[in-house]
Formats: sequence, structure tokens, C-alpha cells
Amino acid sequence: MTIPSGMTEATFADGLAAMRDVVGAEWVFDQPADLNTYRDFYSVFWGEPEERLASAAAAPANVEQVQALVRIANERRIPIYPISTGRNLGYGGSAPVLSGSVVLDLKRMDRVLEVNEDNCSCLVEPGVSFFDMYRHLRESGSKLMMSVPDPGWGSLVGNALDSGGGYTVAGYRGHWEAVCGIEAVMPDGELLRTGMGALPGSETWQQYRLGIGPCLDGLFRQSSLGVVTKMGFWLYPMPESMLSASVSVMRFEDLEELVRIANELEYGNVFNGMPGFSSPVLARENPIVMSMVPEPEVMNAMVAETGLPAWSFASNFYGPERVVREQWAYMQSRFAHIPGVRFAETGFVRLPLTPEDMERIHKPRFGIPSLEIFSVGSRGYGDFNPSDGHIWFSAVIPRSGQGIIAANRVMRAECERLGLDLFMFVPSVTCWTRSFVLFAAVPVYKDATRNRELRDKVREVIATCASHGWGEYRCPPAFMDNVMDAYSFGEHKLRRVNEAIKDALDPNGVLSAGRYGVWPRHLREGRGA
Amino acid sequence: MKWLYLALPLSALAVTASVAAQSQGSQAQRGQQLFTHFCAPCHGQGAGDDRSDMLPGTAALARRYQGAKPAALELRTDLPAPVLTLFVRRGVGPMPAFRPSELSDADVAAIAAYLAQPD
Repeated sequence: MTIPSGMTEATFADGLAAMRDVVGAEWVFDQPADLNTYRDFYSVFWGEPEERLASAAAAPANVEQVQALVRIANERRIPIYPISTGRNLGYGGSAPVLSGSVVLDLKRMDRVLEVNEDNCSCLVEPGVSFFDMYRHLRESGSKLMMSVPDPGWGSLVGNALDSGGGYTVAGYRGHWEAVCGIEAVMPDGELLRTGMGALPGSETWQQYRLGIGPCLDGLFRQSSLGVVTKMGFWLYPMPESMLSASVSVMRFEDLEELVRIANELEYGNVFNGMPGFSSPVLARENPIVMSMVPEPEVMNAMVAETGLPAWSFASNFYGPERVVREQWAYMQSRFAHIPGVRFAETGFVRLPLTPEDMERIHKPRFGIPSLEIFSVGSRGYGDFNPSDGHIWFSAVIPRSGQGIIAANRVMRAECERLGLDLFMFVPSVTCWTRSFVLFAAVPVYKDATRNRELRDKVREVIATCASHGWGEYRCPPAFMDNVMDAYSFGEHKLRRVNEAIKDALDPNGVLSAGRYGVWPRHLREGRGA
Repeated sequence: MKWLYLALPLSALAVTASVAAQSQGSQAQRGQQLFTHFCAPCHGQGAGDDRSDMLPGTAALARRYQGAKPAALELRTDLPAPVLTLFVRRGVGPMPAFRPSELSDADVAAIAAYLAQPD
């Protein structure tokens, strides 16, 4: 049996026995066949000694059991690592950051505790997947729409905690932005409720996020400070319609103006759906990989030769038909001065959706979960061969035309220099308002040699991006220390404050050790090694 | 237990067989629900919303089998519980393993019972 480093077999066995008493023997897993299912299936350490493996897993059914399990772990200093649905693929999956941890598998806690139609909110447990929630909303005849990431098997709670994003309306599609109220089991086993949840008798837990004093929600984002057992979300009232449109320009030099005006229109609420910026002429060979942005005269010659736009801005409007049509008309007036600009209405759908609509829409834009994103990993595009999975590289870059061009050129040049394969590359993802995120999917394999090279290359890309002021918003466990190191202002004050909070709230360092580069005191020197 | 059956009247045997069939039927019915929830989003028979002809898992199997076997799992009857368990618990290609906390062994058996039913 694998046991946590530095722990006696007797102590660990005693801890597992106590956990069995709490959740029942059938919900504690310590046999190899079961533990195999807790491996990070897209690990860049697959099959190597450094692969992060669980020593056991325990699956509680309710908050009281979570509290009991945390206390058992804390008393014996057994490292534990909570997961929600365990589907954070590309960012760590269901495996712990520290090998030997006991995974706290919250999948069985899958109750939708409340959907408030008037308040447009919900309260859910961590095991509720986007598929579960969608089914609940539809079966209950709800008038609300949720936001979903590409793969629908993830957890609303887990995805929000890792700052996942969807495709719908501003304020909702950045899933952490839509959180209102958290309940968490702290490392000492006590329960904390944030915001108005801290006030007994309050009816406003899912209405007012901040409560009083420092807002503690952030303690739980990408953190190692608590086991979140309930989370509230704001949901979007199902709109009457959705209109999709595009604005395309025919010159290299028009990108800056395109992004500047689009930003102003989004921040001024002239449109509310997720904007997209692309280069039809640079993506003509592969729609999901933008090739290197060439010099202006070269790009303009390519535009003249192909007739394809240099840049395109796609926008979506959710709301009543007469409102969204006016918004689209106004938007066109704002871009009309750009020579050669082209406008196109690319889609209009009334809700609720018909079966025919379902055949032609991109489901996540309507809050409908699916797994269709996996076609990029299982089939590949162009001449790319299917891989065994992928990791995401996702760096926050400036929301400007220059931001897109610089990120594109630096990333493409680095990939060429290092020989790094990408099967998806979009430098301007806008799930999160006010910035772009450069997104690149990097294929991983069940091959130690290839993965070893891959790790070295990704670390170089992280350092290069940091030298330009671009940091990842999220990353797989293999790179958490590197990414946190890049946020180095004030001699790494950010990490040092996080460590001070960690020491205060989790003095025994049992919870999610090493997550996002924050290690407990006793593992800090070697970063868990 | 043979003596017990021998001691039973034929009508009781018929009832026993009927109960067994019902049990298998309800297991397959539960398997269908589980398949719809856990498997169909990737391995169903519909088209993808990325303008593709098939869902990702079905497309991957079409590529692998090149027509030698049906790509959609619901058109297969050669996936008994032990075979299905192997794929579900170990994963394959980009499909990760499913944990016993999300799909129990009994759940996997129920899905196998559903897939084993003739179309």
C-alpha cells in the first residue's frame, strides 16, 4: 500500500479505519484497481516516479461526514485532497498535487439544494455536474439558463473554484464571477459560510456576495484552505432570443480599432454575449489554430489574394428580439468608418430551442452541456494525430489588438523554436471579461520520453510569457510552482502571504498541499519532493 | 439448489423465470438511463455541434474500426460487463477512467445489460 511520506503504516491504517467508520467501508478505496481511477489521465508524469498518486480515497455523502474526515486527517496529519467531480482534465483531473494524499471524493454530494426562480440563483453541492444541473433545470421547468464550460461532466463548484469559463453572458460565463455564497469545511473541521451566509436567519445568501469585512470567498479559489461543500451561483434568466453577428475588417492595421471599439461596446453593455476575435485569413488551413501573424504588407497581400478578412470580431446578443436587433444596428454604426468593413448576421435563434435548433447551434452558448469538445482530442484536425489527452496553457494577456499580435508572435515563435505541438491555439479567449486569455492545447501522451521533453518546453514557455508580463490563470499540477514563481512582485510577496495564511488556517498542512504553489511549512523547502 | 426446483410446481418455475426476466429488464432499463447520462454525450449516435457527423467517442471508434464494427456502442452486443469494466475503469485514448464513486460495478453491469439487448 502507498502511504503518505513520513507517516507510519499503523497511523495511516488507523486513519483509514476511522474514515471507514464515518462513510462506510464501501466508500473508502485503497486497492490498486480502484486507485487507478484516481490517476490524472492527462498527467505529464504518466507512469513516471514523479506521477502524483493517491494513497486512498474516501467518498463522503454529506457535510457532517466531510467534517469528520477532515478532523480524522488533521489529528493524524494525513494529507487530503478534495475533488468535486474529478473532471478537471488538462488541469490535474482527480489526482492530488502531493503524492500519497487521500483524495476526498465529493462526487456523492450531488444535491441541487435550491433553485430560486425569482432570485435567479441556485445553491448546489460539489458533486453536481453541469449535466446534472441542466437536467434539473429542464425537468423542473425552470426559466433560468446556466453557463457551462466545454465539457459538461465537470462540477459547477469545482469549475468555479478553478476559475473555469463558459460561453454565455458577461458576469455569468466567468464562473467565479457568478459565485454568491460559499460554505466550506475548514482544516480544523469547523464550518464557515461566507457573505450573508454568516448571518443566521439571512435570506440573502445568494443575493449579496460580500457580507461584512474582508471578502473571504477568495480564500477558496485555487486554494488549499477549505473543502467547499456548498456554493451559490447567479443564473441568467432565459432570454427571448440570441443574435450572432460578425464585423470583419480587411487590413492588418484595423485590428487595434476593432478591439478598442468592441471593448467599449461590451463594457458599455451594448452587447452581452461572449465576443470572439479571429483572423479568417490566418486560420484558413485550420479553424482552431491561428498561424503566425506576418508583417502588415504580407498579411494585406494575403487578404487581397484570398478575399478573406484580415480580422473578424464575432459578437452575441442575448435578449428580446427588438432590443438585440437595435443593439446590432448600433454596433454596425460604430464600425462603419473602417474602410472595407463587412457586417454579417450569422445567426438568430428564439428560445426555447426547437429540436431543429439543437442540431445547428453551439450548445455551450445556450448553457447546454455537452462533451463535443473532445473531438479535438480524439480525432484531431488537419494532419494532427489523435493524442492520449491534452493539457492547457492559458496565459492572461492585454485586451488590445497589440495584445493579440504580440501573444500570437511570441507563442508561435516559441513553439517553433522548441518544436512544441499545439492542436488548438487561440490568443484571445474572452470567457473572462476585461482581458484576453491566450489558450493553447498541448497534446500529452502515455510516453515518458515525449512527456519529459514536453515538460521542459512548457516551462520555457511559462518563463518566456512571464518575461512579457503574461501569467497563467490556471495550470496543471506539474507547473503550479513555476507559474506561482512568475508572480514574483515584492520578492514573491503574493506567495509568502498565501503561505502565512496557510500556516494560520492549516497549521498541520493537511489540506491540498502544494496546490497552486502554496506548500505547508513542513513541505515548503522541497516543494513536496 | 436443484432439489428445490424439482420440488416446485411448474407454475412456480414459470413465476421464477418471469421474475428473473423482469429483473434483467429493469437492470437493462437502469443501464439505459446510465448510458444516456454518462456515455451518450460522447458515444451516442447523434451528430456533433462542431459541424461533425458524429460525437467524439463514436467518431474515434469509427476511425479505429474502419467499418469492421459499429462505431456507436448501442449498436454493439459484444460488450459484456467484464469487457466494459476494463474500459470504464482503465480508460482508453483520451477517455479517462470512471471512478467507483460515480459509476459503481453494479452500474457498469447495468450498462452492459442494456448494451447486450438485441436492437
